[in-house]
Amino acid sequence: MAGTTAIKNGYIFDPLNEINGEIMDIFIRDGKIARELSAVELKNAKVIDASGMTVMPGGVDSHSHVAGAKVNAGRSMRPEDHYKANLQKTSLTHSGSGYTVPSVYKQGYDYSAMGYTTVFEAAVPPLEARHTHEEMRATPLLDMGGYLVLGNNFFLMRYFRDGDMEKAAAYVAWMMKTHKTYGIKCVNPAGVENWGWGKNITSLDEANIHFEITPREVIKGLAEINERLGMPMPIHLHANNLGHPGCYAITKDSLKIPDGVKTRQNMDVQWAETRMDPSRDCSVYLTHLMFNSFAGTTWGDCESGVKDITDYINNKDHVVIDSGCTPFGEATVMTGDGPAIHDLYTLTGNKWSNTDVEMECGSGILPFTYLKSNPVHSLQWAMGLECLLLINDPWKTIMTTDSPNGGPFTKYPEVMTWIMSEAFRKQTFSECHKWANDRSTLGGVNRELSLYDLAILTRANPAKTIGMAHRKGSLGVGADGDVTVYNINPQQLDANNYEALLRAFRKAEYTVKDGEIVAVKGEIVSLPEKRTYYSEVHVQDEREKEMLADVKEWFRYYTLGFANYPTPEKYLANPTPIQVNSER
Amino acid sequence: MEEVMLIPKKEIGIKVEADVITPDSFAGKSAKEIGNLSVWQGPKTYPLSEFFEVIGNGGSSAAETFIRIKGDATRVKRIGEGMSAGKIEIEGSAGMHVGTGMKGGEIVVYGDTDSWAGMEMTGGLLNIKGNAGDHVGCAYRGKWHGMKGGRIVIEGSARHQLGGGMDGGEILVEGNVESFCGIRQNGGLIVIKGRALRGVGAEMAGGTIVIGGKIERFSPGFEYVSMEGSVKLGETELIGEFKKFTGDYAISKRAKGALYVSANANPEL
Repeated sequence: MAGTTAIKNGYIFDPLNEINGEIMDIFIRDGKIARELSAVELKNAKVIDASGMTVMPGGVDSHSHVAGAKVNAGRSMRPEDHYKANLQKTSLTHSGSGYTVPSVYKQGYDYSAMGYTTVFEAAVPPLEARHTHEEMRATPLLDMGGYLVLGNNFFLMRYFRDGDMEKAAAYVAWMMKTHKTYGIKCVNPAGVENWGWGKNITSLDEANIHFEITPREVIKGLAEINERLGMPMPIHLHANNLGHPGCYAITKDSLKIPDGVKTRQNMDVQWAETRMDPSRDCSVYLTHLMFNSFAGTTWGDCESGVKDITDYINNKDHVVIDSGCTPFGEATVMTGDGPAIHDLYTLTGNKWSNTDVEMECGSGILPFTYLKSNPVHSLQWAMGLECLLLINDPWKTIMTTDSPNGGPFTKYPEVMTWIMSEAFRKQTFSECHKWANDRSTLGGVNRELSLYDLAILTRANPAKTIGMAHRKGSLGVGADGDVTVYNINPQQLDANNYEALLRAFRKAEYTVKDGEIVAVKGEIVSLPEKRTYYSEVHVQDEREKEMLADVKEWFRYYTLGFANYPTPEKYLANPTPIQVNSER
Repeated sequence: MEEVMLIPKKEIGIKVEADVITPDSFAGKSAKEIGNLSVWQGPKTYPLSEFFEVIGNGGSSAAETFIRIKGDATRVKRIGEGMSAGKIEIEGSAGMHVGTGMKGGEIVVYGDTDSWAGMEMTGGLLNIKGNAGDHVGCAYRGKWHGMKGGRIVIEGSARHQLGGGMDGGEILVEGNVESFCGIRQNGGLIVIKGRALRGVGAEMAGGTIVIGGKIERFSPGFEYVSMEGSVKLGETELIGEFKKFTGDYAISKRAKGALYVSANANPEL
């Protein structure tokens, strides 16, 4: 149900086409950006008058916890997250509830109201892919895909131990197709396996139990496999030792591992027109940098280690990070890093749940509130913004809150405004604990990102980094007609008037998806279908056969039968496979 | 004060969600406008006048508004929810959540109340002349921080989980309570003149509980401190010998809860 729409007279910010605030018309025909519309088409098109307003491609969230078993466990264990945050049903929209972990309908509407049109699920445990897809299918208005959790996978660890990289690659390819997922996610590599025995791993060269694999071997192995297979995105890394004072060191060392791995993105897709090269050129996408960049030795002497890492990143070209900002207030911590959440439990005494996904991975969930009065939370607030402001090249950064870990995605407007407004940062400094200023460098940062920079951090770079720039993240001819109109006049933009920025980012003036106007001033007006992307990765038949023989041999350790393991396409809404690594 | 009288019109099937019955909602409105306020019954909304005859206009402010419900409201929920001032008198029993989230003002219930009375209130006075249900003045499910202020007085008895997760304020029960009175309490004062079953003060981290009668099964995490000749806490004074305990150390060694139990009624402790 794709639309034909014209968005006229707006100030366009399309970084992949190097358009920086020019007044231009955007045309969409049958859901795709077009160079122009004929007179007849224009007569019948929907027309948005975007005079005096900011126009960007639809928002692309490249890391959010939005669908699957652990997200739903977060909903179930937090009735208090639901009873005051509820959404009444209308003739068009479904009811919903939940503040930090909304139910899927509310989640889709809330994202769309802010101008987002594409969201990728940060972590899909293979065994639970079916549940993830059911939730993605039910989430309205967002094109989606998910990253497959592989960093503690039994089959891979065995291949790595035996040095069998070809079969390891065949396994990853098969798993991508089998579970209809998009990219490789690597969480606390080798460490989550140790957690099955109540232990963890805190250094890159420490071998885990039984498999005797080190994090370094997993990261290197997955990075090589990723490029061997020509995956759309680089490996997506959640570094070891998350959330512990001093962890910045292992983060920086982890980033060094894929340095020098030659990137090879091999996708069979139609590319939208862009002036910039839209292909990815980084070998690692590190997630929620803030949580992995504490310096110091205890929570008493801790400080920000962000600058050490950003100094490294400023001199390298193979890294993209997302920030994992914490905008204060309630959050629900949920991650595949089971032991990290147990540590939070011992620190806070909050209710806690933990899962082991047999043979594959794990997870932990815990309610958490970031308080302005708390010294460490205030420091975390500052560190999250350092991650975005200390890296000089915006094409190396992506804005996230690791939703809902740092805070719910509905707080993105706060983060967007902090990075654009020093006045807003100063206001928050005056409200929070002095460690924010004393133990980070943020107080001395007067950088204010422009709308162009913001468009890079929230649509162009997420799309480019994860390999979706062929159709998302730009307004180039051939791209999907996903557009956001914000009520911000760039000519009158006053970074000190942060209240105006917050208002504008909270409710987009218009959200357009596939050429259909779906939201107006935050209210949902139509509900076209959405798509789910996954990587259909090709490998030689021979390799796949050999690998499958190994898989079937070990399958007896699973509690389900092999025939029930794959996730059929019927679980996906409008499955859209991307052909990866096919012979030309 | 201007008086608005609500006279129940009919038997109520599915319970009615009537959080509009507050001095704050009625203030500045005529009887007709009050009658047009919306209440939910199941999946549908109805005007208040569907269930009540409305006589009288609201006062100029919440503080100037007095609501008298002349009859039974057992199947009417959320009366007085979030009110900031003014008075409500119910000449009968009240449904669940009466006075939930109250910030100020006064509610008097002449009959009994269903469960969740005074849930998470922060101020004001809730006076229940009859008996109360479960979860009086308790935090809602999922978290253990609830009532922050205000006062609940129950002249009859209450059931389970009274004052759960209490952070502040006072609850006084003339009669008895059942199990888990003061579970996970953090602050505030609970005084029960009668008996209690099991789990009194279970997992409490702070605040004070006084039990004037027998405790059927005493929580094992408490430690005996001293014998007190009387207990004086703020304006509340109870005469008689009380055994003082601190706890609940079952969860944390740093717990700072105080539990006074009647020495006469609990000789074996």
